[in-house]
Amino acid sequence: MVDHLLGINGLSKTEIYRYLDVGLSFVEVSERDIKKVPDLRGKTIVHVFFEPSTRTLASFDIAGKRLSADTINVSINSSSVQKGETLLDTIRTLESMRPDVLVIRHSESGAAQFAAKHLTSTSIVNAGDGAHEHPTQALLDLLTIRQHFAQFGRGIEGLRVGFVGDVRHSRVARSNVWAHLALGNEVRLIGPPTLVPQDFVQVFGSERVSVFHDLSEGLRDLDVVVCLRMQLERQDQNFVPNLDEYSKEYCVSERLLRQFAPGSVVLHPGPLNRGTEISGEVADGPRSLILRQVSNGVAVRMAVLYLLAGSPGASPERSGQTTT
Amino acid sequence: MQPVVIEGGHVIDAASGIDGSFDVLIQDGVVAAIEKPGAFRSTMDVRRVEAAGKWVMPGCVDLHVHLREPGEEWKETIQTGAEAAVLGGYTSICCMPNTKPANDSAEITRFILEKALSAGAARVLPIGAVSMERKGKQIAPYSELAKAGCVAFSDDGDPVADAGLMRRALEWCLMLGLPLACHEEDRNLSCGGCMNESPLSLRMGLKGFPGVAEDVMIARDIELARFTRGKVHICHVSTARGVELIRRAKNDGIPVTCEVAPHHLVLSDQAVEGYDTNCKMMPPLKDHEDVQGLFAGLADGTIDAIASDHAPHDRDSKQVEFSRAAVGVLGLQTSLPLLVEMCLAGTMSRTRMVDLLCAGPAKAFGLPYGSIRKGSPADVIVLDPKREWIFSEDLVRSKSKNSPFLGRKLVGATDHVFVGGKQVVAHGRLLADSQR
Repeated sequence: MVDHLLGINGLSKTEIYRYLDVGLSFVEVSERDIKKVPDLRGKTIVHVFFEPSTRTLASFDIAGKRLSADTINVSINSSSVQKGETLLDTIRTLESMRPDVLVIRHSESGAAQFAAKHLTSTSIVNAGDGAHEHPTQALLDLLTIRQHFAQFGRGIEGLRVGFVGDVRHSRVARSNVWAHLALGNEVRLIGPPTLVPQDFVQVFGSERVSVFHDLSEGLRDLDVVVCLRMQLERQDQNFVPNLDEYSKEYCVSERLLRQFAPGSVVLHPGPLNRGTEISGEVADGPRSLILRQVSNGVAVRMAVLYLLAGSPGASPERSGQTTT
Repeated sequence: MQPVVIEGGHVIDAASGIDGSFDVLIQDGVVAAIEKPGAFRSTMDVRRVEAAGKWVMPGCVDLHVHLREPGEEWKETIQTGAEAAVLGGYTSICCMPNTKPANDSAEITRFILEKALSAGAARVLPIGAVSMERKGKQIAPYSELAKAGCVAFSDDGDPVADAGLMRRALEWCLMLGLPLACHEEDRNLSCGGCMNESPLSLRMGLKGFPGVAEDVMIARDIELARFTRGKVHICHVSTARGVELIRRAKNDGIPVTCEVAPHHLVLSDQAVEGYDTNCKMMPPLKDHEDVQGLFAGLADGTIDAIASDHAPHDRDSKQVEFSRAAVGVLGLQTSLPLLVEMCLAGTMSRTRMVDLLCAGPAKAFGLPYGSIRKGSPADVIVLDPKREWIFSEDLVRSKSKNSPFLGRKLVGATDHVFVGGKQVVAHGRLLADSQR
């Protein structure tokens, strides 16, 4: 029986905290002069990306290498998938080389689950499947706000968290919402009806999720604002009239935050469209945790890889403050 | 051929209203007589088929199957499809023209009919294309196709987007007295959706196919039927709103009929959870409310027929990402048992079941089958309503195995099947197999 991380949906609060605790303890490794621990020595990690990615791939690769695993990156242009090999053949071929972990990113929802169903001996980590889930992004977001609120002696439960923008197409939003619901937080989804349909109230089976089409109303008293990337091609599909109209209604600005959510912090999964979904002032300002997210990405992915592929029972070799 | 007496069974025939214990005499390919039990006890020189405790009913008529030949014989052939049909209790199946090449000429129609004849199982009744190559640009030669044996016209899964073409097609087919079978979907609304648009599709991150994509096309075609008086048959209605539109149209006297597929009754969109590609079909599985709407349509007579929408696909085209998986599921061997289950559960009367599987579809397409009154073609099945069985891959007669019902317990199995008086299934097995 191999373990996978396919999504946040279904994880318990305890399991989420486990990833965060181990992640927090790995933060320190990246701050060392020699940024390497031997936990995954002799393990092989294959990153198979069917969709282009810079930051997620780099983050996973660095995470694997800092754990002393052997990592290889396989990039497959999924647009040519019709002509070429099927997903099943690709992952079976890779599994035959006996990797310990397959980190998979794919443009189609359900691809990671598909891999887990058809492979027998490899742990699968979902690095983003279509509009479905992106669990490591949610975990790194949580780790980031946990660090932030810890400064004020607060935990990450009992928060009001808002997601602004293209929730419909966002796997980042879905994974984050599942995580915040597991922690008991209040979740607001904010955006136009084309991108945040009212149906979202029923999607997560929780009364703690609400939908707002008015940005300032949705922002009111939020603790955490997660801005979502507006994908430029959505314009051609008539989800938004044009980016100018979109940003007039939904760009998260310092003026709005000061007025409606003065104590909030802001996250963004990147890459940013400055002036579209987030103003430059917010992105570069004091409430922005965006760069912290990126550094925590490495630590959280180290935690995920360690927990899936590390020797059972062995404690990770690092200076061990464990926080609960 | 030696005459046959089916003895001791419970005869159910919706068209003639028979529902009771009768013996049936089959002679010269037709139902020669239906009499009180024991009436043929002294008749000499007949073969007797014991049917005590069984249901004796007309062979089922399927208005919507895909046989994949010519062109995709690795998925299904006319032979394997026609055999699966009789094993499932279907004695007549209407095959959609989405073959390669499409059935838009007498040549293809004749090819299908020749293959069907040599298959020696179910009657195969070809449906011709509405437009050449099913491309929606140029109407097909309907008279030529009808003379060659086509019983209806359809562009199958490629809905006729051009309302002007649809109008002309209806006008021409009205002259022939044949219906246009319509897969109702506005492609600008369905827009690549691969499951029902719902909170679940949003959760799963799959592109949603909204029910309204079906409803607007049903509304359009009802208006075109009203305008032209041509016969419109709505394929696999899957929405409550669609049923309501058809109900009103029928009340208004518009010449419209419709069918429902068993999977839309038995499953809901919740079955898609887990990305099971054997639950991917068009139209997609709907939510509870739509399913209720379909049952309401079955109950009040709005729905004329159950059609399997049998759509075989090989493993390779299903073992892929959900959004890229081929569309459709098997149906020929599971439709009848799934309806028997509803009868036994009291959801539907036996007469209504027989109506939906036999007389209703026959009437919708104007076919001389679906009834076992005296003088009708002897398409008769003897069904054991008590036998429980598990639908497993080795029992699938189709070349493909893409059924959402694999591993499911079914109740009701065909013991004997006669097509035009010739027995093709005996004791649940194809006679052709026993003779091999």
